[in-house]
Amino acid sequence: MTASIVSSHQAGRAPALLDRAGLRAAVAGAFVKLAPQHAFKNPVMAVVWLGTLLTAGLTLAGTTAPGLGWAVTALLLVTVLFANFAEAVAEARGRGQAASLRRARKDLVARCVDPAHGGAERRVPAADLKPGDHVVVSAGEQIPADGEIVRGLATINESAVTGESAPVLREAGTDRSGVIGGTQVLSDEIVVRITAEPGHSFLDRMIALVEGANRQKTPNEIALGLLLLTMTLTFLIVVVTLPFVAGFVGARLDPLLLVALLVCLIPTTIGGLLPAIGIAGMNRALAANVLAKSGKAVEVAGDVDVLLLDKTGTITHGDRQATRFHPLAGVDRERLRDAAMLASLADPTPEGKSIVRLAREQGAQPVEPQQALFVAFSAQTRMSGVDLGADSGATPRRIRKGAADAILRHVQALGGVMPVELAARVEQVARSGATPLVVSDGGHVLGVVELSDVVKHGIKHKFAQMRAMGIRTVMITGDNPLTAAAIAAEAGVDDYIAEARPEDKLARIRQEQAGGRLVAMVGDGTNDAPALAQADLGLAMNSGTQAAKEAGNMVDLDSDPAKLLEVVEIGKQQLITRGALTTFSLANDVSKYFAILPALFAAAIPSMGALNVMQLSSPANAVLAALIFNAIIIPLLIPLALRGVRFRPAGATALLRRNMLVYGIGGVLLPFAAIKLIDLLLTAVSGA
Amino acid sequence: MTEFILVFALAIVLGWPLGRYLAAVMRGAPMRGDRPFGTIERPIYRLLGVDPAQGMGWKAYAGAFLASNLVVGVLTLIVFMTQAWLPLNPNGAPNLRWDLALHTMVSFLTNTNQQHYSGQAQLSHLAQMTGIVGLQMATPMMGLALLAATLRGLFGGRETADAAGRGRDPADLGNYWADVIRPAVRVLLPLCLLWSLALTWQGVPSTLHGGPAVVPVDASAQMAEQKIPVGPVAPMVAVKQLGSNGGGWYGPNSAVPLENPTPLSNLLEMLAIVLIPVAITFMVGAFTGRRALTALVFGTMLTMSLASTGAALWSESLSGTSGDVALMEGKEVRFGAAPSALWAAVTTQTSNGSVDAMHDSLAPLTGLVTIGNMLVNAIWGGIGCGLQQFLVYLLLGVFLAGLMTGRTPELFGRKIEAHEVKLLAALVLLQPLVLLGFTAITLALPSIAGTSNPSFHGISQVFYEYTSAFANNGSGFEGLGDATYWWNLSTTLALLLGRYPALIVPLAIAASLARKRAAPDGPGTLRIETPTFALTLIAVVLILTLLQFMPVLVLGPIADHLALRAL
Repeated sequence: MTASIVSSHQAGRAPALLDRAGLRAAVAGAFVKLAPQHAFKNPVMAVVWLGTLLTAGLTLAGTTAPGLGWAVTALLLVTVLFANFAEAVAEARGRGQAASLRRARKDLVARCVDPAHGGAERRVPAADLKPGDHVVVSAGEQIPADGEIVRGLATINESAVTGESAPVLREAGTDRSGVIGGTQVLSDEIVVRITAEPGHSFLDRMIALVEGANRQKTPNEIALGLLLLTMTLTFLIVVVTLPFVAGFVGARLDPLLLVALLVCLIPTTIGGLLPAIGIAGMNRALAANVLAKSGKAVEVAGDVDVLLLDKTGTITHGDRQATRFHPLAGVDRERLRDAAMLASLADPTPEGKSIVRLAREQGAQPVEPQQALFVAFSAQTRMSGVDLGADSGATPRRIRKGAADAILRHVQALGGVMPVELAARVEQVARSGATPLVVSDGGHVLGVVELSDVVKHGIKHKFAQMRAMGIRTVMITGDNPLTAAAIAAEAGVDDYIAEARPEDKLARIRQEQAGGRLVAMVGDGTNDAPALAQADLGLAMNSGTQAAKEAGNMVDLDSDPAKLLEVVEIGKQQLITRGALTTFSLANDVSKYFAILPALFAAAIPSMGALNVMQLSSPANAVLAALIFNAIIIPLLIPLALRGVRFRPAGATALLRRNMLVYGIGGVLLPFAAIKLIDLLLTAVSGA
Repeated sequence: MTEFILVFALAIVLGWPLGRYLAAVMRGAPMRGDRPFGTIERPIYRLLGVDPAQGMGWKAYAGAFLASNLVVGVLTLIVFMTQAWLPLNPNGAPNLRWDLALHTMVSFLTNTNQQHYSGQAQLSHLAQMTGIVGLQMATPMMGLALLAATLRGLFGGRETADAAGRGRDPADLGNYWADVIRPAVRVLLPLCLLWSLALTWQGVPSTLHGGPAVVPVDASAQMAEQKIPVGPVAPMVAVKQLGSNGGGWYGPNSAVPLENPTPLSNLLEMLAIVLIPVAITFMVGAFTGRRALTALVFGTMLTMSLASTGAALWSESLSGTSGDVALMEGKEVRFGAAPSALWAAVTTQTSNGSVDAMHDSLAPLTGLVTIGNMLVNAIWGGIGCGLQQFLVYLLLGVFLAGLMTGRTPELFGRKIEAHEVKLLAALVLLQPLVLLGFTAITLALPSIAGTSNPSFHGISQVFYEYTSAFANNGSGFEGLGDATYWWNLSTTLALLLGRYPALIVPLAIAASLARKRAAPDGPGTLRIETPTFALTLIAVVLILTLLQFMPVLVLGPIADHLALRAL
């Protein structure tokens, strides 16, 4: 258990923002980012940075009172530092995650083999492995690089990457053949064909992503950035033209205060937090054990309209389980139940275990039959069971369960007769999409056990949440329409495709996309790869094949298809956080105008005092209070930026109403109170 | 108050059927009246050599718009600069100086009607009847055409019925010529005819003769005789009111009894100001096939309109200038201060710009309301351009609200991305750049400006002039010595920058959206036709305007008000 991503995930994703070392790194980062090549990447904060230089210059030139001049300069510098700090905190958190991942990537030596010609093993450093190489990995060894099992099966501990401590089974030729470099083989020996280029392994990409090294701005981020730039330029025009307008009525405006006004007006709150929000989105996805291949993928998740998922392994457990006993007329339910349980006691298959479980649930006593001879299932007999009292020499009591025709032959061989009712019962169960197993006791047929695919616990609730968010779920299954409808109703999906072939998935995705919808697809098999690639959001299961993982734009390390819900939430949360903080930032400006404009005109136009609605103590304090609020709000909102605005699945209008109330109206009112409070503190401190 | 209720009630009752009729006209499907109107329209199409059924992409559409404006503009300019030598000049008006001719031409070409001349003295009947009235007829319909094309784009292009059924072609935003000529012939002309007759009946002059000469009653005027200038005034007043034009026959506009003789003519003229802008809100739903859209547009605009009108009436009634007869200078003395404020409110809400009181004389806070109306320029707004501006706010509102609901912002199912935001940003930035830039230059150099008012009122006056020009409103804070090279040329630039980008950029955005895949409305889609979104939209309009212009408004009308209060 090495990965801190795991510990933070398990702590309910509300850990302390940073540890001590991370904090130190973030503080250092805040200063490092003052360098021009970084500072000018963010136009909003670049204006503040230039403003700092300007006020420092003005103060040195002696155009203003040095006390106020240096105070304003310091506050502007602190504003830039706070914004840098926000970004550095997000990056430091990413680096923490990356460090724990790096521990998994050690210098390994691989045992290379040539599968075509055989021959001796060559020992090759893992870093030199190329796609197409074959390596042998035995129990206790680490897999040197990403690949696909071509021979054998093994249990593998993937905790270094996924944080999941339970070992997983990987097998050649199945949909669960992909293995990740750095994970450990626990049992058996496998031959792995390497699929990753050196330096482009899963782990490498993950590390790069969480470090934000190759983070590209998402389309929404670019669009919002343009809007923020527009507002910044607007305020620049406002402030530059103001002294000329004021000059007409004889008011000389202090350039220092004009710079202060400009910095207060431009959207520094959102401008300073925007990079942090972007990095935090990726980190949150990873904290949920989802590896997004780009920030865009996370954002797209927020827009998903339709979710396509395979029934098997996603909605249902994917193995048949006993759900009901159907006794024939004249047979006690208890008798059938007990017989079925006895016949299954030694059955190690999931079906057999589920029969025992169901019988227990329905009141059967756990018994350890004496003198029992268990008859295992075989492909020839297609039944299993138990002979009781076999040792006593008397005719044993032969209890069997199996396919209808197998039991029929067995009963007839014992001289029994086939009840007429049975055929109808068997057909009834089969038609509902379940599998019938017939149970017999000697020559008597007792009844039918219904085996059906069981819908996962809690999945209905998840689909209901998706519906609340506006996402339609479509189940894809190979079942007949009747069964599909029954399962769809039970799981609460909105739609289903029955008797689906692999190409039907692709067709359905294209059809939904042609209708203008954004489609998410969850899949794991190689035949899912085209659909995963076609879908706007392809979430591949980590347990799936390499092809599926390459095709999708996200990989779920826990292989939990319902994880999509969390991804969608993260995507939406990221957009909401940006929108809400933009609204907040602009709404704040109203109060800042009321703080600074009266201060600006106080000397030349005394009647402007009427606009000093906050009754701030002095023009200098008014400007300082506004600037302090403007600076301090950035670090105060860092936790919100990193964790995201609270999100509850709800309709768009309800979300809008809530966010407008909190961040719009709240954004107008809060700074009035805060600036007044800061002014009172300033008065108290200065002892005026 | 009666007049206030009457104007709005009549505008809504008449605007509803008119809007639906307008929608049918703009859709261009076969309709009643095709035969008589067709006989007028077909020769015009033939003369222009255009096929009214031919679809146009946004570039072709905007190109046709600009080309038609250039041709009409040059012709008008020639008339203004040669009118002294042309017929129909009974009052002997001289040729206009080039800068005044240019400003006047651009002012009327941009549906603004800002007047730096006095019509009765400086323009011949020919100039009034061709250049002025011709542009007053054509330019509002051009705005309407651009709106129609933009709306088609927002919904994926013009609906075309072909063999495969109904489809939309994103490269077909309609035909510019049909979009201008159809509503001009079928809506504006008949309405103007109706209003001309009604106004003539009320006593507005309607003649081609020069005016009578009379002996002034007041001997202190020291004039032997006064020539009363008359002419075909009634038709011009009709179209100036109906077409959100505002440029009157006489310099003082509808404050002159000859333009506005009776209380009934006053009501008719005020109704005409708001009628078509209100009707367009009803047109939108029927035209786009999205009924609820009308509810959003009408509801939002009516809310803002009632708030703004209420504020103007309230401020004027509280003003120290309203009660005292001596302080009625510049107001509509016959009807009182309240109708003056009402007219001032609606004329600035609709980008009309005709006046029946001098806005310079309004209480400072009423002046603030009129400036605010023009800064928003989408509380009804001008014909076509009002809704174009509304769409700009709508896009901004949807962008912000979309983010706040956790989805990539989209309007009518089409995503708003960096390209659209870039266009939007340029348009948003243009307004403060032009208004504050010109205001700052003019105020910094009083010698070039010739401002007549000192102090805060002078700031209001200058800012008002540029705001009015940029909003294509045309009303003025009178008293400005505005027929100078500086004013003529700087406002000409403001007029152009306020008209063409505001009409064409939304069209370009719509064309870009038309090419995108439209997502159907789902439960997660932000619904814009809700009170929550409408309030969000109003908040966006208010906050944006406030943030851009609060400092200059504080130094102008608000300081003016505070100074008056301190007296």
